[in-house]
Amino acid sequence: MATNHIVDARAIHKHFGTLHVLKGVDLKVDERELVFIIGPSGSGKSTLLRCLNRLEEPSSGSIVVDGIDMLDAKTDINHARRRIGMVFQSFNLYPHMTALGNVTLALRKVAGKGRAEAEALGRVALERVGLADRAEHTPGQLSGGQQQRVAIARSIALEPRVMLFDEPTSALDPELVGSVLEVMRGLRESGMTMIVVSHEMGFARNAADRVVFMDDGLIVEQGPPAAIFENPTHERTRAFIGQIQRH
Amino acid sequence: MSGWDKFVETFFNAKVMWKYLPDILSGMVVTIELALLIVVTGLGAGLALALLRSLAIRPLNWLIIFVVDLFRSLPPLVIIVLMYFGLPYAGPAPSGFVSTWLSLAFVLMAFSEEIFWAGITSIPKGQWEASRSTGLSFGQTLFNVVLPQAFRLTIPPLTNRTIAITKGTALGTVVAVTEILGQASSAMSNSYNPSPLMMGAAAYIVLFLPVVVAARWIETKFAWKR
Repeated sequence: MATNHIVDARAIHKHFGTLHVLKGVDLKVDERELVFIIGPSGSGKSTLLRCLNRLEEPSSGSIVVDGIDMLDAKTDINHARRRIGMVFQSFNLYPHMTALGNVTLALRKVAGKGRAEAEALGRVALERVGLADRAEHTPGQLSGGQQQRVAIARSIALEPRVMLFDEPTSALDPELVGSVLEVMRGLRESGMTMIVVSHEMGFARNAADRVVFMDDGLIVEQGPPAAIFENPTHERTRAFIGQIQRH
Repeated sequence: MSGWDKFVETFFNAKVMWKYLPDILSGMVVTIELALLIVVTGLGAGLALALLRSLAIRPLNWLIIFVVDLFRSLPPLVIIVLMYFGLPYAGPAPSGFVSTWLSLAFVLMAFSEEIFWAGITSIPKGQWEASRSTGLSFGQTLFNVVLPQAFRLTIPPLTNRTIAITKGTALGTVVAVTEILGQASSAMSNSYNPSPLMMGAAAYIVLFLPVVVAARWIETKFAWKR
């Protein structure tokens, strides 16, 4: 059991100047698992996620993803990142390219595919997020929900082993959230390993295998969604769950 | 003779103009050569400095900022004069043409570096992160994601600055470069008539108006649908 963790992060500390954001976090994720990270703002959830693909450099600790030591100076970080998809709160699509251009850039430049093959793979990825007919549109011509789905297609086109979602629906109008969650549910059903930082508690209840509650740079408690939402054992978890359920 | 006739006789004297047309035309050729050299080397060096600066090597950046600020604050005329009259004491003795070219190229380099740099830094951090997270390297991200967006933002200020500095080729007169203004003013003193100066003005319009129009065309071409 201990050997098939696809993500194995240990004792992660992160300092921003004098600010101690992560205070020794351990996170192990199994293959095909969907882990939901919740917690108040400033608790370090996004920073933890960003450490996993080294967009943030941890101050100390160890991170192994799919057998690759992410913090080893000898690791080809660009090669390793291909295997870890990331979806951002603000989509971050390239505004000067079409949807298809966004999806094929890394296929051509990183995966070394020719233009024709990259475009074929790109269209398949756009099809999977339900946007095959939007391939030639630029981000400015797409709704927020469509942009976020293109961003998901950009990641899955590279066939990642893990997908990281950093508040993927927080910037969306409420009526557009559903389409993105639906794509995420489809990914989950296809067996993708996913780590999701989000406030979509309904989605967490239905789809997550495990909910991790973070506060003040530490994991306070974790477990199946039912246990965390119905019977939190820690006072801080109870307070947080109570707060968000009042809304 | 009416006042109007006298005005035309003085400023648009056909005989004088015809006589000095070849001089003005040869001045135009010199100005075009100078301008092209200045634009190509100045913008090239400015972009190179901006790219170097994006590597964030601190001592190197201090040096770049120092050089850029120096050439932005010195009047171009002073640089030309120093290079033409001063540099020979240290060994190399560049011609008036080379002095003007290099001086203005340095000035354009300095201003365009700042413009390119502002363009690069104006691209949101999320663009870098999205690209790097899919495995593109720093350089691939710079060239495929950041620069294409930055260039679009830099085109209007860059054209303004480029036109202003290439017009500075007129300063070459002080170091005996036979560009448009040099030809026009010597023709003016030889003919005791300011008509050649009017021809010079016309020559500048003929040269620079197409540049302004071309710049507008580039701006619309590089704009992407929002």
